[in-house]
Amino acid sequence: MTVALAISNLQKTYRSGLVALKGIDLEVEQGDFFALLGRNGAGKSTVIGIICSLVNKSAGTVAVFDADIDRNFALAKSYLGVVPQEFNFSIFETPRQIVCNQAGYYGIDRKLAAQRAKRYLSQLGLWEKRYQITQTLSGGMKRRLMIARALMHQPRLLILDEPTAGVDIEIRRSMWDYLTRINDSGTTIILTTHYLEEAESLCRNVAIIDQGQLVENTSTGALLEKLKQETYVLDLAEPLDQLPDEHPAGWRLKNPATLEVDMPKGSDVNRIFAQLDRHNIVVRGMRNKTNRLERLFLEMVDEGRPA
Amino acid sequence: MNWRGIRIAYTTILFKEVTRFMRIWQQTLIPPVVTTSLYFVIFGNLIGPRIGTMDGYRYIDFIVPGLILMSVITNAYANVSSSFFSAKFQRSIEEIQVSPAPNSIILLGYVSGGVVRAILVGLIVTAVSLFFSKLSVHSYWVMASVIVLTAVLFSLGGFLNGVFAKKFDDVAIVPTFVLTPLTYLGGIFYSIKLLPEFWQAASHINPILYMINAFRYGFLGITDIHLGASYAIILLFTVALFLINLKLLDNGFGIRE
Repeated sequence: MTVALAISNLQKTYRSGLVALKGIDLEVEQGDFFALLGRNGAGKSTVIGIICSLVNKSAGTVAVFDADIDRNFALAKSYLGVVPQEFNFSIFETPRQIVCNQAGYYGIDRKLAAQRAKRYLSQLGLWEKRYQITQTLSGGMKRRLMIARALMHQPRLLILDEPTAGVDIEIRRSMWDYLTRINDSGTTIILTTHYLEEAESLCRNVAIIDQGQLVENTSTGALLEKLKQETYVLDLAEPLDQLPDEHPAGWRLKNPATLEVDMPKGSDVNRIFAQLDRHNIVVRGMRNKTNRLERLFLEMVDEGRPA
Repeated sequence: MNWRGIRIAYTTILFKEVTRFMRIWQQTLIPPVVTTSLYFVIFGNLIGPRIGTMDGYRYIDFIVPGLILMSVITNAYANVSSSFFSAKFQRSIEEIQVSPAPNSIILLGYVSGGVVRAILVGLIVTAVSLFFSKLSVHSYWVMASVIVLTAVLFSLGGFLNGVFAKKFDDVAIVPTFVLTPLTYLGGIFYSIKLLPEFWQAASHINPILYMINAFRYGFLGITDIHLGASYAIILLFTVALFLINLKLLDNGFGIRE
């Protein structure tokens, strides 16, 4: 097994005295699509900042494909591509200038940079905008530009810090498809996101960080196994004004046409239909509510908090 | 990163810097021309004939080297301080920070951008001065070496300012309250021999005096300061500023949390 990222006892205390990381140990395998989850201020961006040399660490070690970021920083950086949370390019430059310059910082000559610029800007739907100053681009275009920029030196490990924040659903889906293709081609991806369905859909492994500590580090499947209950969404054939008397616990009428039912994980789903039958409620469709990881995430980070 | 990669990284930063100041040429190249033209007209043509000669030269011929060097100093400093601070402010400096480009190359790239702008402005101002003065060159080597070294020195100074600056006002404070007074008191408009003895001695603590005199020597062959002392001071400050800036970059001062 080749380890793409190895973090050992990573600690960070800011000058203000804020302890952001309290000793994180983490390994990400080559080829993985890995989610790093946590609330705002949990320490995710600090971890990423340290990996990318944007934040000084207080203690610990970080290695990217065995290259230590302190002892062999040039090699470690050459393996890394970063898509930060906030826009960090000159708003007066064009997408083509931005991606070609980025290639230049990695020692890639202009000719090869121009070829890659065409490839990545085209793949991300920005080629037509290549000579337009970035100030005039939409938020979604700016996000995609940062992905194109991070890919210019063809990194082995791509780190994305909330890459789809603030973009519409259509663009978000197209970005998911693109990132999946990048991952399928062999690039290891680490993703932080607040959209937990994004992590559930894309990532094979998940770590949850809370108050500067890892509270979970496992596969997405194993994590979802820990879910204590599941919620089913039922589309009703006939509108229902109110829930019947003596309805089972865990039933919620979201609107006259939609009923949500909570069930202990692993229990017999036929029981729901028997209960519905008893109250003469006819169901036209049924689906699992998708934000399972979100519920689990909240359960896990709440466990560690004072009541 | 191999040498070829390092060269490409350096030229990329330099190219980006030159593109930046050329994009806003109305703000970077034109103002120094307007300002120095006014100096030439007012001090050279209107007041100069009433002053007569200075060290045996027409007053306009005496002040031209200082005015050229003043524009070089101002533009070298302003280019790097504002560019590096803007990169910090917009966080576009992170583009370079995450790359394997060594800090020394980042520093050299920014400084070279300042040097290119300063020399370009110096050439334009020199061309404008030909309308007012018959320029003669005593030593091309001295003239060229002093202008390049001065541009390097003040580009490094601008970089230091950019590293420490936390807001746009911080970029303007040093040029307004330090650089401009030192430049005016550095002998652009007069020979320090005209000053009382105490102020002559006091003038020697102003490093800009050494540069202006060495540059004037390149044109006119006259100087109030020994040429060797001028080069020594310029080189000393250049090396010191380079090492300080490099150390700050290595520590991530102002750019890494």
